Amino acid sequence: MRTLPRLDADNRAFWTGGKDNELRLLRCKDCARFIHPPRPVCRYCLSENVAPEAVAGTGVIDTFTVNYQKWHPAMEVPFVIARVAIDGAPGVILTTNIVGCAVDAVDIGDRVRVTFEQQDDVYLPLFEKIA
Amino acid sequence: MSRSDAYITGIGQSEVGMRLTRHPLLLTVDAVREALDEAGLSIAQIDGVSTYPGRSPALLGFSPVGADELIDALGIRATWWRRRRGNHASQLGAVVAAALAVRCGQARHVICYRTVYEAAALARPDEYPMQRRDRVDGFSQWTAPFNALSAACWTAQYAMRHVKKYGLTREQLAQVALTDRANAMLNPRALVREPLTLDEYMSARMISTPLCLYDCDRYTDASTVLIVSAGDAVDEVSCTPIRIAAMAGSVERHSWDQAEWMACYPTGADLWKHTDYTPSDVDTVQLYDGFSFQVITWLEALGFCELGEGGRFIEGGERIALDGELPLNTFGGQLGAGRLHGFGFAHEAVVQLRGKGGARQIAGDPRVAVSTSGGGPLATALLLARD
Repeated sequence: MRTLPRLDADNRAFWTGGKDNELRLLRCKDCARFIHPPRPVCRYCLSENVAPEAVAGTGVIDTFTVNYQKWHPAMEVPFVIARVAIDGAPGVILTTNIVGCAVDAVDIGDRVRVTFEQQDDVYLPLFEKIA
Repeated sequence: MSRSDAYITGIGQSEVGMRLTRHPLLLTVDAVREALDEAGLSIAQIDGVSTYPGRSPALLGFSPVGADELIDALGIRATWWRRRRGNHASQLGAVVAAALAVRCGQARHVICYRTVYEAAALARPDEYPMQRRDRVDGFSQWTAPFNALSAACWTAQYAMRHVKKYGLTREQLAQVALTDRANAMLNPRALVREPLTLDEYMSARMISTPLCLYDCDRYTDASTVLIVSAGDAVDEVSCTPIRIAAMAGSVERHSWDQAEWMACYPTGADLWKHTDYTPSDVDTVQLYDGFSFQVITWLEALGFCELGEGGRFIEGGERIALDGELPLNTFGGQLGAGRLHGFGFAHEAVVQLRGKGGARQIAGDPRVAVSTSGGGPLATALLLARD
């Protein structure tokens, strides 16, 4: 079982977009840049005219690690933790897991696509390699 | 002594161990006593207290002793104190804040301390419970759901980038752990005093690639104290005052994933804007090593080598050895001396600059040292000098 985020007005769109199979990031309607983590103001132009918007859901592995340590007894290891730079949203990087492949098949620069894992009311954006 | 400067005067440290039974407030008092004795100060002369991060009720072992408690327990009449993280980044930010306070005349002698009790708390969860939350928010929500639960996982990703982009090797990384351990063996208070070989390092189990067991510090129980004194108050102390010649800190996004590089990089560059000293003046570096890789980033950040060259800079270990051109973490760092959480680096810089290192004292007449803390999303660097 994963530790889940507490949903609130700022982060709900991000964590529940998977219900509609959409990766949703907050975007500034004035300067058009994406903001992450989501906040009610644009960090680039200070506009408050911000709203969630679906992105393509693909990206590139910026860096990664293969985690071997069981941080709690029930944890299944090894698994891949990665930072994924999101296509179409320059500057937005998500920490995530790379799933659906062997842990030694992951490298920086690999192209990946989002896949959602539901747990309770949260849809976690995980990523798998694009063949 | 310049009135406008701040100095580190008395320094102290408690017993260092794992699963200690001595009360964490008493460990703190032990370290305070040693610092006062060294400086020839009495508690009545202390008028400020500064700590990091302040009492941490949700995770008591991480920080069990609050400034309010210490002030009350010692009967300090404080004119200035800093209970929480305040506005300066990372552990040694408590020293930066104290230095600013004494320079502004808000206090004359400030006790800065960091008390950790993580091993004891883990062993006695009934007394030192960890508050479990059903859900996470803030900073943690972007990493914890993906089981990136430790700073080891976050730091490992930056290290992997060095591996892939710059050719950092495990043999190079090992030099931090080996140097730390060799130095710890000469430090009577170090947590781990057994030798470590390259073979043992190379065959150690992985924690989060490329970091293995020996790249990570371990839970420790200890208290470290640094007294920061005003320039016009150092004539009251009996030990050699060490001037805080420059200080820098930074936080950009307080995030382990949104920043291109860790906070040590801007902090390291900024440090030299506050001083006429340059890296070539530095006699020893005491660099934060909660994870070995952080030493490599700090060396690059401070300009001892170029970005990406840190691994090659320490290759073979000769350069950073006790008798090398740039002795590193001469007390053993956190990997050898224990997870003193940032304060150990400034403590040791003062020891070396006073020539009090005993078996681990570096040769020559060291006058300038760098000590750092943090380096991930938060970073602080201090340049210390004996005039």
